[in-house]
Amino acid sequence: MRVFDFVQVSDAPAAIAAGAASPTAQQGASVRFLAGGTTLVDLMKLNVEYPDRVVDISRLGLDGVATLANGDLSVGATARNSDLAHHPQVRERYAALSQAILAGASTQLRNAATTAGNLLQRTRCMYFRDTASACNKRRPGSGCPAITGTNRMLAILGTSDACIAAHPSDMAVAMMAYDAVVHVQGTSGARQIPLSDLYVPPGNRPNIETVLTPGDLVTHVTLPAPLAGERSAYLKLRDRASYEFALVSAAVAVTLADDKIASARFALGGVGTRPWRVRDAERTLAGQAPSDTVFRAAADICLQGARPQSQNGFKVELAKRCIVHAFKQVTR
Amino acid sequence: MTNSGENTEATEDPDDTRLTVTLKVNGQECVVSIDPRVTLLDCLREVLHLTGTKKGCDHGQCGACTVHIDGRRVNSCLALAAVHGGGGEIITIEGLGTPGNLHPMQRAFLENDAYQCGYCTSGQIMSAVALLREPCGASDDDVREFMSGNICRCGAYPNIVRAIQQARRALGGS
Repeated sequence: MRVFDFVQVSDAPAAIAAGAASPTAQQGASVRFLAGGTTLVDLMKLNVEYPDRVVDISRLGLDGVATLANGDLSVGATARNSDLAHHPQVRERYAALSQAILAGASTQLRNAATTAGNLLQRTRCMYFRDTASACNKRRPGSGCPAITGTNRMLAILGTSDACIAAHPSDMAVAMMAYDAVVHVQGTSGARQIPLSDLYVPPGNRPNIETVLTPGDLVTHVTLPAPLAGERSAYLKLRDRASYEFALVSAAVAVTLADDKIASARFALGGVGTRPWRVRDAERTLAGQAPSDTVFRAAADICLQGARPQSQNGFKVELAKRCIVHAFKQVTR
Repeated sequence: MTNSGENTEATEDPDDTRLTVTLKVNGQECVVSIDPRVTLLDCLREVLHLTGTKKGCDHGQCGACTVHIDGRRVNSCLALAAVHGGGGEIITIEGLGTPGNLHPMQRAFLENDAYQCGYCTSGQIMSAVALLREPCGASDDDVREFMSGNICRCGAYPNIVRAIQQARRALGGS
């Protein structure tokens, strides 16, 4: 691990000022915010991350989870994943979010990991994590050995010729389905970023992963109130029964009226360079009676444009079945 | 420029990047002088000589380094010690019981032969004790799920589950 300057801040402006000194908020940032540390410290040990300055933001009081007057759920940036998953409001109103968080990592990691850290965690692509390998995300222009190498776990949607890294989060998949909004404070004030706009496609610059710029501090995430009677679930398919990243996962939410689907929303994990949501696929479900056929048709649309790599072609069919199975769970 | 904040203190030599940090470990306040890179795991083992907490993978994957901070289990290998200066109560396996007065979970591990080489055992026990306070269901499968963050390369899992279930019954839990 490289030497760094350790800074503790007691308010958001101090964190923002410290962060703004970095030339980038993306790969290679010279200033990093530290909360749970479960991604950052790991990557610093691997020399994938090598900030000159680490800013401890764990004492900014950004760890609350509360329902706002407008019915939104506000989730603090440094709320622990465990606290969020077990929060009574989350268990009751956002079941897929609670299930998604509990399907990820281990209890120890969830006790440390935070909301913003989870959203901003880095890919588990082994070439990204191995500094002896080329990687366009870690070292722009060096190449992507995954495309001709080990790519079974990697993405089939949103990829480019430069990068096929999958986004590893479970929590973010559920938040994507719930139309989460990320609240950021930066050098020019506060702004709101729909989670669907937070991540940028890898294109030919996979080192740029989000729209965040130096000094941007995620303060909280809001989830709109669920629809009346909405049922949701998270289904994760993986190689081990526990403590394993998704091959494919689906967060689904649905409302029914007169035995027909009134509304449906869903997002996929394990298959995209970011949590994957296709609204056109959701719209086909409205007004239909729940059945394998209609769910399958929506899944087909969602997976349109999938680009399987040499080892992960199975993910296309697995993703479709995952969607169908998850929707059947919430429409029975 | 080093703005070290209220919970850590820079040393006087400007070329010395060490921080003076006060940790609360097993009920005692410990003042340590450490490089900012030092993890809680390395601080416990190498500075405070509490070697019951083990280093397995050092990347948060195996659970051998599990300790409690304010009653919650975490991987001490992914926690920077400086972050916990002036902070929470840290409990390690040394703070759980003593040879003459074992924690019921320690006794259950002994009675059920819930280990072979023993390297993962302190982490397993720290997780198992934390589990007693977590919303873990009653079945063996529930225990396996809650214990999935602790890897045992000897494969002592059946007896680990047995030990935990015995301790839960003994302690009047579910």
